[in-house]
Amino acid sequence: MDSVKAFFHMGGYALYVWGSFGVTALLMVAEPVALARQRKAMIRRLRRLIRLESEYSS
Amino acid sequence: MSSRILNWFKFASPATFYPLAGTIGRAAAAVAVVLLAVGLYMSFFVAPTDYKQGEGYRIIFVHVPAAWMSMFIYVVMAFWAATGLVFRTRLSFMMARALAPTGALMTFIALWTGAFWGKPMWGAWWVWDARLTSELILFFLYVGYIALQGAIPDVRRGDRAGAILLLVGVVNIPIIYFSVKWWNTLHQGASVSITKGSSMAAVMLETMLIMTFAFWAYAIAVAMARVRLIILERERDTRWVSELPEVAG
Repeated sequence: MDSVKAFFHMGGYALYVWGSFGVTALLMVAEPVALARQRKAMIRRLRRLIRLESEYSS
Repeated sequence: MSSRILNWFKFASPATFYPLAGTIGRAAAAVAVVLLAVGLYMSFFVAPTDYKQGEGYRIIFVHVPAAWMSMFIYVVMAFWAATGLVFRTRLSFMMARALAPTGALMTFIALWTGAFWGKPMWGAWWVWDARLTSELILFFLYVGYIALQGAIPDVRRGDRAGAILLLVGVVNIPIIYFSVKWWNTLHQGASVSITKGSSMAAVMLETMLIMTFAFWAYAIAVAMARVRLIILERERDTRWVSELPEVAG
């Protein structure tokens, strides 16, 4: 338990170490998540375009 | 010779590159996950406490890889910009565009972690030191490039204008790199140099290099995902896009 506490305490540098690693992790998770969402939206849009076109031509 | 050139240009076609980018992206993502797991473990459990900076120095394991990537991605973007202008390959401009947000992100991480390292060690979140200022300029170059692309609706004009901005801005890269030598800076000099080797303990250096390769693989993975989006956007009226399995369903 104490070792866990010591780990998060980072020898008194907790704010700086976790502030650095935390924000880095947050951004490097957010970017791929945002890209995956954009891809889904893009594919939905392309499908709609194709459907519209086929309705228009028939 | 001519057949070799033709082979290269084959991959410059968005339709050929789209599936290839998918494969490269997936492989890079797998490599990034593994290296990040190893690198983070080493950052906290293997690398020893620094005799001068205690545990605070561990910020180096994200700060230096992000700072290196921020410069490297810019150089790669400038390379694609030049390639696009010379060979008129559309894919080159798309690559430059795809890398920009990730470059900006790496620059932001370098600045942010730098502030969080500077505060306990120098007593200030920010100083107008040559290294920090030139890195901030790099951030503005990325943001300026992205804003310029967003502001020009005509894709071709946007690509060319963006490419010129990238090529002009590349002068900032050696300024960042050599700033610690050319000026008296608060920022420390290079810990790793090609000519002098490393001034760090071996395990610290190894951890930093593993994290650097992890960030590298991450950048490749997200850039490939983004270039695929850009390709779909620009080629949306083509037959090959409508015949893609993920689109045709």
